[in-house]
Formats: sequence, structure tokens, C-alpha cells
Amino acid sequence: MPSSDKGASSAVEMVEPRGGLGVAMAAIFKRDLILAARRRSDILNPLAFFALVITLFPLGISPQQALLATIAPGLLWVAALLATLLSLDALFRADFDDGSLEQLLLAPQPLSALVLGKVAVHWLMTGLPLALMAPLLGLLLALPGESYLVLSLSLALGSVSLSLIGAIGAALTVGLSRGGVLLSLLVLPLNIPVLIFGTGAVQAAIIGNPVGPHLAILGALCCGALMLAPFAIAASLRISING
Amino acid sequence: MWAFIHKVGSPKWFYTISARLLPWCWTLAVTLILVGSIWGLAFAPADYQQGDSFRIIYVHVPAAFLAQSIFVSMAVAALIFMVWKIKVADMAAAVMAPLGAVMTFVALFTGSVWGMPTWGTWWIWDARLTSMLILLFLYLGVIALRGAFTSRDSGARAASVLAMVGVINIPVIKYSVDWWYTLHQPASFSITSRPSMPVEMWWPLLLMVLGFYAFFIAMTLMRTRSEVLRREAGKHWVRELAAGGA
Repeated sequence: MPSSDKGASSAVEMVEPRGGLGVAMAAIFKRDLILAARRRSDILNPLAFFALVITLFPLGISPQQALLATIAPGLLWVAALLATLLSLDALFRADFDDGSLEQLLLAPQPLSALVLGKVAVHWLMTGLPLALMAPLLGLLLALPGESYLVLSLSLALGSVSLSLIGAIGAALTVGLSRGGVLLSLLVLPLNIPVLIFGTGAVQAAIIGNPVGPHLAILGALCCGALMLAPFAIAASLRISING
Repeated sequence: MWAFIHKVGSPKWFYTISARLLPWCWTLAVTLILVGSIWGLAFAPADYQQGDSFRIIYVHVPAAFLAQSIFVSMAVAALIFMVWKIKVADMAAAVMAPLGAVMTFVALFTGSVWGMPTWGTWWIWDARLTSMLILLFLYLGVIALRGAFTSRDSGARAASVLAMVGVINIPVIKYSVDWWYTLHQPASFSITSRPSMPVEMWWPLLLMVLGFYAFFIAMTLMRTRSEVLRREAGKHWVRELAAGGA
């Protein structure tokens, strides 16, 4: 019996190194994609919210096309930002409730890398669809013709940062029963730079100014967030789980 | 070195040493603020353009300085708490947050009071005003997050993470808001580039800034002391202190 025990433990040791970082990240990415595909309403709700908020503005302000066209970049960006915010609360919630978040914490791979997989899926399921849908809503707001591509590009690029920064807030509030409003209080001020340069890009495209600098800064913000946010997310998750 | 850091970090040592520092800080703060405000309000010459309304800078500028410095000190305290698990650092961070929020509010309020006679409007979306407003929201977020946790330790660590994330973001926010402002409208006025200040106006301002900093240190020490007593209420030395005092 002892010898067979030894054999088993050495077999385990041989298996262990196979679970490398890439494998683990890919597994999480795949798992979250499958989960998202099974809960399609979670993907559709932010989009519906986005469309609805945009519908409110002509009703609340004025249906005049000239007026709407001038404020369209800001409206679209703010509405997209709020839609992202709305979806953030669910980012870690289900995993926290069923305990799989604790398993992530226990995994031998660094947590900061694993959460990156989750955030990537969040962006794929929220940021990217919002960016693809924005031109359609831009049409409703009479957004000038030259800026549609830039609108999508800026949203796609900017929403990576929104997802990453938002995930910090989501991780901090996941342990709280009513974290929703608190989450927005934490995340919105941090998202302001992204909003400024996102709308800046669209406005530059409308005026005919070069959009490169704006997109470059959005890209820089995105790189900075990619580099630093995972550590903050991981630290926050550890706090939320232990508390 | 390590023994020294842990000694400083021990609540009891902090409590004893801060009792000795506190009177000095208060004396310094009260003297500087008293001299600075009397000098500034009564003896400094009136501004040739703004008249007497400029005198609010003797509150406004120190408050604005502190609003930013306190956030940085809070983040440094948070870092010390997270890295070395020194509880006193967290207590200091906890008491600094409301103080910083109040200073930010004072800076915004006095700025707005000043703005009415000078610019003719209570509020304007100037880059500085806007970043101050965002700073206020950051403070509110830190305070709210700490309060939201039922476990004090989790709340402390969550607020620390947020303070550090915030302090990394403050320069980014500041520069993007500056940039946004220049994008939207040319600077028709500026708070900073007023005609260079005469020395008679500048000296009281310096005293007030130093006085506000001394006030901040004194206030933080005092409130951290109460926080020490509150959190360590079950400890032996606190009980002895209470028994001795009674």
C-alpha cells in the first residue's frame, strides 16, 4: 500500500506543471464565454439600456437635428459608459455566489492574470457590442457622417479601459450585498479621462481635425490600465473574499 | 530599522509620542493661522482689480493645497498599511479622508464665493474647478467604501486599495481635464496667472498655507489618537489609561 501511495503522489507531481498560465487563462476565457452564451439577456440588457438612454435625450432636450448633432458624441459616450457600468456588477457576482471565485484564488496561477481572462470576456460581451451598436444610435442623433468609424473605434478602444477600471470597483464591492450604487461612485470618477479622450476623438473627426492623437492617448490609457489594473483587481478580490 | 518601524507603528507608542507632539502642532497652527488671517484680512493691501474680494484666497489657496496633499498622504498611509500591516497607518488614513473631503469642499465653496464677484458666476467648468470636483467624488468614494464593509479590516484594506488606485489616477484625471478645457475654449481668465502677487500679499498667504498644514497635522494626530483608543478599547494599556484618568 505505501508504495502505491508514493506512486500516486509522484503521478500528481508530474501532472501539476501542465496547468501553465496560458492553459489556465484560456480555460477561464472559454468558461466565461460559455456562461455568457448561456445567459444572452446579460449581453442584450446593456445594449437595450444604451439604446433607451439615447432615446431619452431627444425627448428630454429637443428633436432638432442641429442641436442633437452637436451633443451626439458626448451623449453616445456617456450612455455607453453608463451601460458598461450597469453590466459591471455582474462581473464577479455569480462566481462569488457559487464559490468559484474562491477556487480562482486558490489556483496556483497568479490571480491577476486569471482575472484578465474574465475582464477580456466582459469586454467582448459588453464593450465590443456597444461599440458596434453606437453608429446605429449615432444615426438617430444625426451624428455627422465622417465620425462613425471613429466613434466605433474610440468606443472599442476606450471600453477596454472602462472594463479594466470598472473591474477594480466590481471586485471591491462584490462582497457587499448592495454594492451597485457604491460601484458607480467608485468607478465613474476614474473613468473621466477615458470619456474625455473618447468624445475628443469623435469631435475631432466631426471638425476634421486629426483623430490620431486622441486614439493614441486612449490606447495609452488602455495600456496603462492593462498593466496596472489586474493587480488592483486581484488585491481587491482577495479583500472581498476574506471579508 | 525594523524594530524602530514596528515601534512607531505600535498604537501605544504612537499614543504616547503624539501626546507630546500635539500641543506644539496646535500652537503652531493657531499662531500661524491667527497671524496670517489678521495680516491678510486687515493689513495686506487690497487688489487693484478685485478690491477686497481677493482676500478669500487666504482660505481658498491653503484649502486647495491641502485637498490634494491629504489625498497623497492618505494614499501613502494606505500603502504603509498594506505593505507593513501597520495599523496606525490605517487609522491615520481613515481620519484623513473626511478631513480631505472637507478641505476640498471648502476650496470649492470659497472658489465659488470668490467667483461670483470676480467672474460673475458661481460655477464655471474651468479645468481646475472640475478636477477639484472630481477629487471630492474620489474622497466620497473612499469614505463610502470604508463604511460599506461590516468587517473593519476588510473596509480598511478596500479603502486602501481605492486610495492607491485614486492617487495613480489623479495626475491622469488632472491632465486630461486640463487638456479637455483647452480643447473646448480658450482661457479667458486663469486662477494662476493673475498679475504676480506683491510681497505684502504673498507673506500672509505663505503663513496661512503653513498654518493650514500645521492644522492638518494637529487634526490628524488628534483624531488618530481617538481612533487608537476606539479600536484598542479592549487592550490592557487603554483600560489602565481609562482607569487612571477616571
